[in-house]
Amino acid sequence: MTTSTRRLQHLVPASLVLALAATVTWLSFTREPAGAFLFPRIISVVMLGLAGWNFARAALGLARVGTGLSTGLLIRMAPGAAVTLVYVFFAAKWLGFYVASWLAFAAIYSLYDPASHSSAAAWARRLLVPAGFMLIIYLLFNTLLKVQTPRGIFF
Amino acid sequence: MEFLGYFGGVFEPVAFMLLLGGTIGGLILGATPGLSPTMAVALLIPFTFQLEPTQGLILLGAAYTSTIAGGAVSAILLKIPGAPANIATALDGHEMARNGQGAKALHMSFMASGVGGVLGVLLLIFLTPVLAKWALAFGPSHLFWMAILGVTVIGSLDSKSFVKGLLSGCLGLWLSMIGYDDIQGAQRFIFHDALTGGINIIAALIGIFAIPQVIEMFAKGRVPSSISSLAVEKQSLMASLRETFMYKRALAIGTVCGAIIGLIPGVGGQIAGLLAYDQSRKFSPDRDKFGTGHPEGVIAAESANNAMVGPSLVPLLTLSIPGSPTAAVLLGGLLIHGIFPGTDLFDNHPQVAWTFINSMLIGQILMVAFGILIASWAARVAKVPTPIMAGAVLVLSLFGSYSIQQSMGDVYIMLVLGLGMFFLEKFGFSAAPLVLGLILGPIAEANFIQGSMIANAGDGVAAYFLTGTLNLLLIAMVLASMAYSFWATMIHEPRRAASQAAQTKSEAAE
Repeated sequence: MTTSTRRLQHLVPASLVLALAATVTWLSFTREPAGAFLFPRIISVVMLGLAGWNFARAALGLARVGTGLSTGLLIRMAPGAAVTLVYVFFAAKWLGFYVASWLAFAAIYSLYDPASHSSAAAWARRLLVPAGFMLIIYLLFNTLLKVQTPRGIFF
Repeated sequence: MEFLGYFGGVFEPVAFMLLLGGTIGGLILGATPGLSPTMAVALLIPFTFQLEPTQGLILLGAAYTSTIAGGAVSAILLKIPGAPANIATALDGHEMARNGQGAKALHMSFMASGVGGVLGVLLLIFLTPVLAKWALAFGPSHLFWMAILGVTVIGSLDSKSFVKGLLSGCLGLWLSMIGYDDIQGAQRFIFHDALTGGINIIAALIGIFAIPQVIEMFAKGRVPSSISSLAVEKQSLMASLRETFMYKRALAIGTVCGAIIGLIPGVGGQIAGLLAYDQSRKFSPDRDKFGTGHPEGVIAAESANNAMVGPSLVPLLTLSIPGSPTAAVLLGGLLIHGIFPGTDLFDNHPQVAWTFINSMLIGQILMVAFGILIASWAARVAKVPTPIMAGAVLVLSLFGSYSIQQSMGDVYIMLVLGLGMFFLEKFGFSAAPLVLGLILGPIAEANFIQGSMIANAGDGVAAYFLTGTLNLLLIAMVLASMAYSFWATMIHEPRRAASQAAQTKSEAAE
């Protein structure tokens, strides 16, 4: 990673954190009742100071801690992250916890399993391992512990 | 000796089964690289909702203790520390396994963990009631500074960047203020309906600790597992026991280092293990053998990281100040059952407090026995393919965050915080101070408001919060931890890196 890329990479989160700190400070000093925002005012001022310092270090290229992000890492994590987002924000409520979890688990396993995609045995494993795991979870949570889970069109 | 009267509770059938299950499960989870003790305990909290408070705490305490010891299995057989606390164990443990002494290394690591763990819990037993009584003298100003100290110490010591460590702590404190204000009922920072009830600590803990690890597993891509485990040969238990106790100096150094480190909030098992390893090497006549498969290295590191567990709970159980991220998760587990640490815990819930502490003592013995029995099997579990691990942790994270209040809002918060933490960690921000800020924020604010009211009726806010021996001592500790971190990350580390770069350059030129 070149020095300018590293500086730019650190500048983006530093700017976001600074913007967040500025927003929190602004809200803390403009909202009423003042008594409820006394502690937030103190914390937000400290946070704004630290965020400003952090931004200055990033802008000057002095921020070096952290591995940063690479295109390869983003490409590798993207399919899994997409499955996670669909699972949490749509599937769990629409299909129900158990079915959605089985599908999400199987999708993640299929996406990241290094075994060949043309192997029937590998596909059987990709579907059966999550099914076995979800069966244990169902017996444990639903039958034994009687814990509520998100309900959908299935169960 | 009040604790002796509560041993019976540990042996009640359900409690004992949970202790056994937590110990065995913790050993297996600990042996699995990528599943940290903190994450394991956070994921277990939802399992305790249906249990009595004592039973729930027994399960969490057993998992906390045994995940750290279980991490030694993968450190020794795979050279991958199961938890940061086992880094020092891998140095000599894996070399022993490579030299055909894997079973001996495993036996010694569990026996040393047991010795360190028992002495650490004894320290917890004898120190906690004394400190809990002493904590009665703490007023709101002292508790406010204690909470701030908890955040700054972890922010300073657990982070590689002074600014980012403290900034993470501030972010956590801000997150804790989201929702309705407790005193005036005012809405604060509610940007979405899901935030109306504030940020649930358990959902946040699961998100912050589990989701970044799931994404890290995604980030590895479609790679075949390259983990290869070394074979474990047969070894006499008695011979291992005799040899472990032959290295009394390493055991003593490890236990003392671990116990002291555990008492300091924010300094975790990783430092305990490495410090004990280093000190043991300095005092050993066989110091040249360290790193080549010397048993003393394993014994010192493992006795230290388990001796740390008991004392790390002392500030939690007496002052509500968690000494480590895992202790912070345990605090979340206590609060969810309506139990507040401190004198209230020992005066009004002695059954809960002492049964929990006693279970940790018994748990150490179970951990040694089952650790030795299942070590080689646990190493096989460590080779479970990454996508299976990622899928399982993701499903448990959703279940765990939903089951707290049967709210999808908590699930969204869990995921958003987890994704945010993954990106923040990539740029040097740290999860531990953020979590401490989130947990200690309400304590700090409540005591700040209470103290301000008292101060307004007396000498004023400045005089109330900034004078008095205990206040000044706590302020000095806050400033000292920040000054040390400033020196370490802003002055010492850049100098060291610059001299290392210059040395590399001159070597390359030659």
